[in-house]
Amino acid sequence: MTKISHVGLLAVATFGALVLAGLSPDPLFRLHFGLITAVLLLGTVVAMRFATVAPKAKPVAKTRDGDVEYMDEVIRYGTIATLLWGIAGFLIGVIVAAQLTWPALFNFEPFFTFGRMRPLHTSAVIFAFGGNALLATSFYCVQRTSRARLFGGDLAWFVFWGYQLFIVMAATGYLLGITQGKEYAEPEWYVDLWLTVVWVAYLVVFLGTILMRREPHIYVANWFYLAMIITIAMLHLVNNAAIPISFLATKSVPVWAGVQDALTQWWYGHNAVGFFLTAGFLGMMYYFVPKQAERPVYSYRLSIAHFWSLIFLYIWAGPHHLHYTALPDWAQTLGMVFSIMLWMPSWGGMINGLMTLNGAWDKVRTDPIIRMFVIALAFYGMSTFEGPMMSIKAVNSLSHYTDWTIGHVHSGALGWVGMVSFASLYYMVPKLWGRPRLYSLRMINWHFWLATVGIVIYAAALWVSGITQGLMWREYDAQGYLVYSFVESVAVLHPYYIARTIAGLLYLAGAIIMLVNVVQTIRGKERQEVPMGSPVLAAA
Amino acid sequence: MDTYSAMREFADSWGLLAMFLFFIGANAYVFLRPYARNIADNAASIPFKED
Repeated sequence: MTKISHVGLLAVATFGALVLAGLSPDPLFRLHFGLITAVLLLGTVVAMRFATVAPKAKPVAKTRDGDVEYMDEVIRYGTIATLLWGIAGFLIGVIVAAQLTWPALFNFEPFFTFGRMRPLHTSAVIFAFGGNALLATSFYCVQRTSRARLFGGDLAWFVFWGYQLFIVMAATGYLLGITQGKEYAEPEWYVDLWLTVVWVAYLVVFLGTILMRREPHIYVANWFYLAMIITIAMLHLVNNAAIPISFLATKSVPVWAGVQDALTQWWYGHNAVGFFLTAGFLGMMYYFVPKQAERPVYSYRLSIAHFWSLIFLYIWAGPHHLHYTALPDWAQTLGMVFSIMLWMPSWGGMINGLMTLNGAWDKVRTDPIIRMFVIALAFYGMSTFEGPMMSIKAVNSLSHYTDWTIGHVHSGALGWVGMVSFASLYYMVPKLWGRPRLYSLRMINWHFWLATVGIVIYAAALWVSGITQGLMWREYDAQGYLVYSFVESVAVLHPYYIARTIAGLLYLAGAIIMLVNVVQTIRGKERQEVPMGSPVLAAA
Repeated sequence: MDTYSAMREFADSWGLLAMFLFFIGANAYVFLRPYARNIADNAASIPFKED
């Protein structure tokens, strides 16, 4: 139930966006703020529909102490948002894969060209899917391990809806061609400012809950989540330091120039991987793997060592994206050395997660959620081995600018981030909606295999295509001329791009099965099925 | 000395040493403090105090 004051605030924001659209001389700015006005107006109407002036009902206590009621409604919204944004992001991924494979067939000028769809895909999966998964699971974990309700009352709702507005602003901006052209940080200055406000509110809610905790110790998962929130705030502010050419125009000029700008971008870019996609999801791992396995983490002290090592090393690894560029040689070597050192804490964390299952390995056979956690950790280990290897200058001279990099990113993103999020969501859904169990375990198994086969095809196809590209680009003849033209190195990749598109479709199909499973669970349905692990033939 | 050189010299010397010592100290504290194992076992059981 929303309050009248919320409706008022939304109405004021709608009016503000309309005024900005009206005052601006920039047609793109007018169009973008016109869209934002429409979205906010829709929000106002919906909020008005659900607004109430009735006094708040006495909350029902949920904990043993009987005096803390967790704020779970916002987590339910976050769970559904994660799923829907995930499917949207995977679908856009399949479309861009098809655009690369059959460029003439899938050329949708001007709004849906590859150049605009590609950042839409990356932002949709990283910030919309991954971000909502982090919001939902961090709110779930921090309340239960602090034994405290989310701090700040309705501020958590502001974080949730404010973040969705950020996603909509960013996504519509990309399609209109509004971009500052920075990898994983494409939104222009006004969207960046809005995200800053939302992110500070997220920090206040999360940190406030930790400060109000009734548990003396701060559980390690919260350390990882908090490191993610604080570091992303710092990265976002430094990387997006820009001066708008006008407060009524989309365009801005970055404060940094030349190689400093390149280094700042990759300091941001690699730590977006390190803190958003790794630290945050490790927080998920350290809470949900022990919960699903019903046994404490293998070594709590190793998890603390994992935390400090990861924090201290990751922040220096960014320069490995700029090997053989204008960046000073010492900085390139520094990036490489720190990337190689990162291997140790990464594998320490993987071992810690996997060994948590020690004594419960039989659950891999009967519990598909555990199976998903295991494959997530396996891909975490694989991509954190591959990454340091690719950061070595000699290897990078072959792999850089090729599809190998894209394959590497996807084994981490689909394998680690995607799988650990799916498994955590499967764990949370029955608890959040008070259902005895999920609708179907066998459907999780289908999801598991579709996603796993998809990732394996994806990574294998792009290993082959990436190494093919790298070798063809550096092939010289006896006279010192290049043997292949660039277009020849493009044409040869066609079969691998078909394989990649099919792999994406498999992954998307798995996510759609998950959506059906979750929706049926929410509706309170339970599928009658042969239990996992029992011989199928005997049942027939 | 200009700001860049001063900060660079600090980062290469005392800054680096301070961060390294903090890192070693944090790890040593976790493993070597008295009753480290008991404290860790208690902390590891936190997720199981709630459903």
